[in-house]
Amino acid sequence: MSAFLTVDNLSASIRGNIRQRVLRSVSFSIDTGEVLGLVGESGAGKSMIGKAILGILPSAVEVVEGEIQLDGHNLMAMKQADRRRLIGATAALIPQDPLTALNPSRRIEPQITNRLVDILGWSKRDARLRALELLDEVHIDNPERVMGSYPHELSGGMRQRVLIASAFAANPKLVVADEPTTALDVTVQKQILRLIRELQTRHETAMVFVTHDLGVVSKVCQRLSVLYGGMVVESSDVPAFFGGPGHAYSRALLAATPKYTDPEASLLPVDEAVIAQVSGEVLAADEGWRHGA
Amino acid sequence: MKLLRAILLRLATMSVTLIGAAVVVFFVIRIVPGNPIAMMLPPGASEDDIARLTAHYGLDKSIFEQFVIWLGGVFQGDFGTSISLRQPVMPLVLGRLPATMELAIFALVIAVVIGGAMALTGVRYRATRTETAIDVANGVGLSIPDFLWALILIVLFGVLMPVFHISGRISPSLDLPFVTQFYVFESIARLRFDLWWDLLKHMFMPALALAIPLAAIISQLLKQSLKETMHLDYVTLSRTKGYGENHVIVSEALPNAVLPTLTLIGVQFTFLIGGTVIIERLFSYEGLGNMAIDAVINRDLPLIQGIVIVFALLFTVINLIVDMTYALLNPRLRHA
Repeated sequence: MSAFLTVDNLSASIRGNIRQRVLRSVSFSIDTGEVLGLVGESGAGKSMIGKAILGILPSAVEVVEGEIQLDGHNLMAMKQADRRRLIGATAALIPQDPLTALNPSRRIEPQITNRLVDILGWSKRDARLRALELLDEVHIDNPERVMGSYPHELSGGMRQRVLIASAFAANPKLVVADEPTTALDVTVQKQILRLIRELQTRHETAMVFVTHDLGVVSKVCQRLSVLYGGMVVESSDVPAFFGGPGHAYSRALLAATPKYTDPEASLLPVDEAVIAQVSGEVLAADEGWRHGA
Repeated sequence: MKLLRAILLRLATMSVTLIGAAVVVFFVIRIVPGNPIAMMLPPGASEDDIARLTAHYGLDKSIFEQFVIWLGGVFQGDFGTSISLRQPVMPLVLGRLPATMELAIFALVIAVVIGGAMALTGVRYRATRTETAIDVANGVGLSIPDFLWALILIVLFGVLMPVFHISGRISPSLDLPFVTQFYVFESIARLRFDLWWDLLKHMFMPALALAIPLAAIISQLLKQSLKETMHLDYVTLSRTKGYGENHVIVSEALPNAVLPTLTLIGVQFTFLIGGTVIIERLFSYEGLGNMAIDAVINRDLPLIQGIVIVFALLFTVINLIVDMTYALLNPRLRHA
């Protein structure tokens, strides 16, 4: 049986300028229940992949080549409305910034239940019960009160819990977590990570976990892909990767991860020779791609 | 308790505003040259006649004495007697106010419907030719003032294609069963849709002339706010939930994007009411604005004062309504 999500040779470019690629022939696949980490520096295109899968690329970017297969459906061949419905019914996003991802003028309850009622056709009562159950699952003490609250009445950590509950509400088979802990307090980050892992395991969800933090990858993911310039530099199993990455850039990235025990020695910029090498590979890929096009 | 305090505070500021308006209008119109008594008497009236009439209207007293007498009357609901019409001011003003309010409200409804529809269309089809067309229309609507729109409309729909009436509030040949001055509301309440239709045919052009510039402002600001809101994370998140673009715009973006526009409508609506003065004149519409121009021409000081006070009261009430609506729509302000 083929994987639940397959991204095959996906390229995305700045609209109107096909040569200027933000994603360079990216391929990977994820099985049900598996967590794939997408790692890279800012601007490496890791968030862009998640957005391309969910169909929420910024209007300045368009997919120019490649395929995305979700649960046997070819997303690229679908009409926008059908595609959105399929995404809404099978996938979910855990966004990066919980402070801006909730609608400030609506109470929490409809923000969790609207997908269930409007897209999946649940009754309001069932959706409400489901939301209460989910809020309990994300360890919110007083679900009734939170459901009736407005976002500004909740803390950042609480809001991220609400968003996680909302993401898992419809039993999605795929969750894209886009740096879900970056905007949070360090003390809350760990709880939220554990929570995401807990729900992912319980619901046997396939997950794309976008992060710049290799420490997080080692705790949450089974496999990872390292990105540079919108290109996959290395894909590997997590234990093997931390045992010794294959690519020079991956090694440099791993060496640059801050360690509390030795901050001086670990806070190193990536070596210039390594940057030159990996940039060369990106350029070479573009050369080849141009000949193909 | 907090609410009660807020209401009392609000009433206090409203009274200060109104007293301020009373002071300003009373003294300013006395600085403007022109003598009401001279307007009333035939040329060649004797000194005696002039003195007698001046004393009759209390205009021989000092200006401060006049002010105290007038303000004392105002607090008892007596705004004096119109010099040109020789009737008490308040019944005259209240008799005309409904006509102006109906015109202004109709204009506001047209502006919100047209402006709102244009903004939503512009955002739905953003970065296409449709949006460009809407931007151009906004520019045209904004750069031509209401009185010029009135003339354009009169030429188009009054002369070239005479589908609307260009003069008056209602056809004079009709028998009017009305007991209030709110003709439009009363015609609906009485199910007299023939009268209602006649009123509408009279109101449509003046209302549209007043509405076009406001519609353009609403369209421009609301479209801008909507476009900014469409980039926000919660809007993107609702797309991943499976919603179509129309739902995303109307249910997610609009309730938040509408707030600045609402404030603007409040401010602009008071300008629109100011605009009724000229527009009513152009269409011979029997409202308060038309009466105000007559009062100024006749130097009818008590009538001008009465009209200005009523306008000022109207403005403060509109601002109050806007603030209340704002608090109702924005949960973050509700507890403040």
